[in-house]
This record gives sequence, C-alpha cells and structure tokens, in this order.
Amino acid sequence: MAKHKTPLLDQLESGPWPSFVSDLKAQAERRAKNVEGVEFQIPVDAVEDLLGVLELSYKHGRTHWKHGGIVGVFGYGGGVIGRYCDQPTLFPGVQHFHTMRIAQPAGKYYKTDYLRALTKLWDFRGSGVTNMHGATGDIILLGTTTPQLEEIFHTLTHDMNQDLGGSGSNLRTPADCLGQSRCEYACYDTNALVYFLTNEYQDELHRPAFPYKFKFKLDGCPNCCVASIARSDMSFIGTWKDDIRIDQDAVNKYVECADGYPANAGAYKGSKDWGPFDIEKEVTGLCPTRCMQFKNKKLFIDNANCTRCMHCINVMPRALKIGKETGCSILVGAKAPILDGAQMGSLLVPFIEVNADNDYEAITEVIENVWDWWMEEGKNRERLGELIMRQGFQKLLEVTGIEAMPQHVQYPRTNPYIFWKEDEVEGGWERDVEEYRKHHLR
Amino acid sequence: MSDLLADKDAATKAVVDWMTKKAGSKTKFYFKDFCKVFPDDKQRDIKKVINKMVEAEVLEYWSSGSTTMYGLKGSGIQHSSEGEE
Repeated sequence: MAKHKTPLLDQLESGPWPSFVSDLKAQAERRAKNVEGVEFQIPVDAVEDLLGVLELSYKHGRTHWKHGGIVGVFGYGGGVIGRYCDQPTLFPGVQHFHTMRIAQPAGKYYKTDYLRALTKLWDFRGSGVTNMHGATGDIILLGTTTPQLEEIFHTLTHDMNQDLGGSGSNLRTPADCLGQSRCEYACYDTNALVYFLTNEYQDELHRPAFPYKFKFKLDGCPNCCVASIARSDMSFIGTWKDDIRIDQDAVNKYVECADGYPANAGAYKGSKDWGPFDIEKEVTGLCPTRCMQFKNKKLFIDNANCTRCMHCINVMPRALKIGKETGCSILVGAKAPILDGAQMGSLLVPFIEVNADNDYEAITEVIENVWDWWMEEGKNRERLGELIMRQGFQKLLEVTGIEAMPQHVQYPRTNPYIFWKEDEVEGGWERDVEEYRKHHLR
Repeated sequence: MSDLLADKDAATKAVVDWMTKKAGSKTKFYFKDFCKVFPDDKQRDIKKVINKMVEAEVLEYWSSGSTTMYGLKGSGIQHSSEGEE
C-alpha cells in the first residue's frame, strides 16, 4: 500500500499519455520489494516521499523544495544541484534530495552496458529516478544525499570514463544532433565539434566565473533538430555556400509519383490520402523566397536568394542535396523568458569553416571574443542575449571584429539618425577654428 | 597580472579580508564582486586564482542550480543547517 495518498497525482494517470506518476509509483514499489537485494544508500522510501511532497505541492499550489546549496564534488563548481525539502518531518526520505547532471555523450550514443552500469550505480547510491534528458541534454539523476556525491563521482570518473555536466554560472554541457553519423543533411560533423568544445572548455564547464549560464548547441543543418537557434546562447547551425545539388531525373520521378520516390521520404504516408504529389503546391509554391521554378520538366533554383529553409530538400531528399562547400552559421543570444522575454538567436557569422585540422580555430576565436566581452560587461545574472539588447548588436560586431553585412540586417532601420564615431570621421572631432574662420565669418 | 593577484598569499588575504568585512550583510558573493578586489586584472586571470582558493578550501561554491556564488568556507548556510551530517 502506498505510503501517502495521492488523489491529485492519480488523476494525472488517467490521460492517454505515458505518465511520470505511474513511473514513480513503479519505482517506489521496486525499491520496496528490492528483489535484487540492493544495499540502498539513501532511504528506501525516498520515491514514496517524492510522490508525497509532489501531492502536497499540488494541494498547496506552491513548491516545497528549497533552492540550491553548497553541495558539490571537490574542485567542481557545477554538476550538482542542492535540493532540500521544506517539510522534512512529513517526508524524511527526500529531506536531502540533490540532483546530479551527467554529461551526455556526443549525439547521445550509448552502449547498453553503460546504461546498465549507470542505473545500477544510481539504484545503489540514489533514488533510481532519472530524467533522460535535461534541457542541456545531460543525463539527470534525481535525488541523493551529500555523502553519496563523491562516491558517485569516483565511480563515474574511474570506472565509467564519465564526467559531470554543467550547472550554475558555467558553460553548460554542449549538446548536438546526430550529425553526419546518421544524417545526410548534416553539413559538418557535430559530434566531433561538440566533443572538441567539451574538452577545450573544461575549465569553463566546471569552474564558474561567467555572469550566468552559457549554452552551446550544435545543429548539423538548418532543420535545427536540436532547436539550437532558440535554446542556446551560441548556436552552430550547419549550412553551405554553393548551390543545392539537383538530380533532375529524380525530380521528375517525384513529379511522376514513381515507386520509391514518396514526398517527404514517406514521412506522412498513410496518415491520410494526400493525393498525387504536386511540385508547385508542395515545393516551389512554398519556397519562402520564391527562388524556385519547375518548367519543362526542369527544376531551377536561384541559389543567391535561397535562405536554406530546407523545405525543398526535406520534401524531395532523393532529388535535392545540400551543397558541397559546407560549414556552419553562428547565431548568438537566444534565451528563455526569465527577463525581457524570450529571444531567438541573432545571426553573427553567416558562414564559418568547421575545420578539425586546425582545432576549429575560426570558431574558437569567435567564442573567446564573445566571452571576453560578456565576462567584462555582463551584469550578474545577465545572459548574452540581454547584454546584446542592452549594448547593441553593433557593439557585439565591434568586439568580435566582424564587419557589418547584409545578413545581419533583420528589418529596415527605424532610427533615422546615424551616430559616427570619431575614428570614422576624417579629421576626428578636433578642428582648427582659425582655419575655419578664414572661410566662415562670424 | 597585477602584483597583488600574482602573490598567492597576498591575494588570498585580500579576498578573505574583503569578504570578512562584508560578512555582516552577506555571506555569498558573485564572481564579479572579486573584480573590485583586483580592479587592474582580467577576469580570466582572477578566475584562475579564485578557483585555486576553492581548491585550497579557503572558499566554497554555492549554487542555486542556475547561478553560482562564492562564500568563505564554513560561513552562511551549510549542510548541517539543512540537517545533513
């Protein structure tokens, strides 16, 4: 029988979707039965009490968790988040219920024996409750006590070759899509770059000195499966410089609805009768810049006006391919709506080479220039996007040494004034009054 | 790097003195607060020295999960204040 009555939580199980409440109940029962004979290092009924405190929070309409603490592993300023319950008498099993963030592998590729070792460790030293995955992509282990932290960290680092992720005013664990390991659209090797950035910026990941959090997210193409454009302070989105490659025979196969050429690679097949494929309705007519035309059985693309929306490539993947000269765009300043509302990333570098042979030096130069500025000028708890709003995109261009270009312009300017700087004006602000008076009488 | 920051003992003393002076009003500090102690130094240099002080257990981290602050080791809310050993 359950330790706490949870009528409000029980209601959540009644919907059509898989329920975290059912999962927690199953885990509570598993711990109570303990068929595997685990020597639990935190209270056996921790998950029962977790359900209990959640029910109470729903009843009261406010949280019963206290925020933060000094918990951590030696030398690390992130990766562990202190969580304490403010009703310890009612729920002693979750009185101390700290979260650990474990860095996810690039592309989230696991071996099953790794996952088994991780869950075995967490059943032994924690609640066994995980969140796969958190917003930064980390594996989140929910609920343990302070004495267990160093023990878990030792096993992770010594036996599993595994590090903690980022939290607090740190670089957060960089996250990426599967990239070229699985996807034909990927314009660069996201897994290699995320691995490099994670290693290169270990200090920034573990030893906090930023004004606030900082997130890198990497998407291999503009489909943006990781949604880096909306979820990261610095977003790396794969793109190409040259033309979309067209296989005209394959385009005509799509138009003729030939076998093996379903629109959208068959993704919507069977959901309803979509009728025969119509290239005008489904592709050229939907091009956001109207840069495509299908005429006399030939597809034309005005590549100079293509904005890399990916729609045509997604619909006809056997006929259209990304260009050959690939790299990525860098966007900056996206954030969630804590202050000043949510922001999408702004394009800073339209195209940059992604070159592992020189340790991605073009990319690291941009990163470090941005960090130097933000660390110097950013206020406490100010995200990069807020600093850009406060000091202006022009200032960002100045500190990164990037020339303003048409791709930076989002909409026509609304301010009619132009403010010149002294070094942009011939002769500066100083003038020789006597020379002036020679030509202009008082 | 300034002479003050380069001298480990002097830098530690300056930080501890500054934090102790402020201890009446607060026990946790943002990283940027240390820039007032070392006004002539770059933040990346200050970071290295401050983190050495954490390693030496002069300072300790406090984290809300989203923001990290620094405190003198043992000051303010501790594990024991939350009923932990």
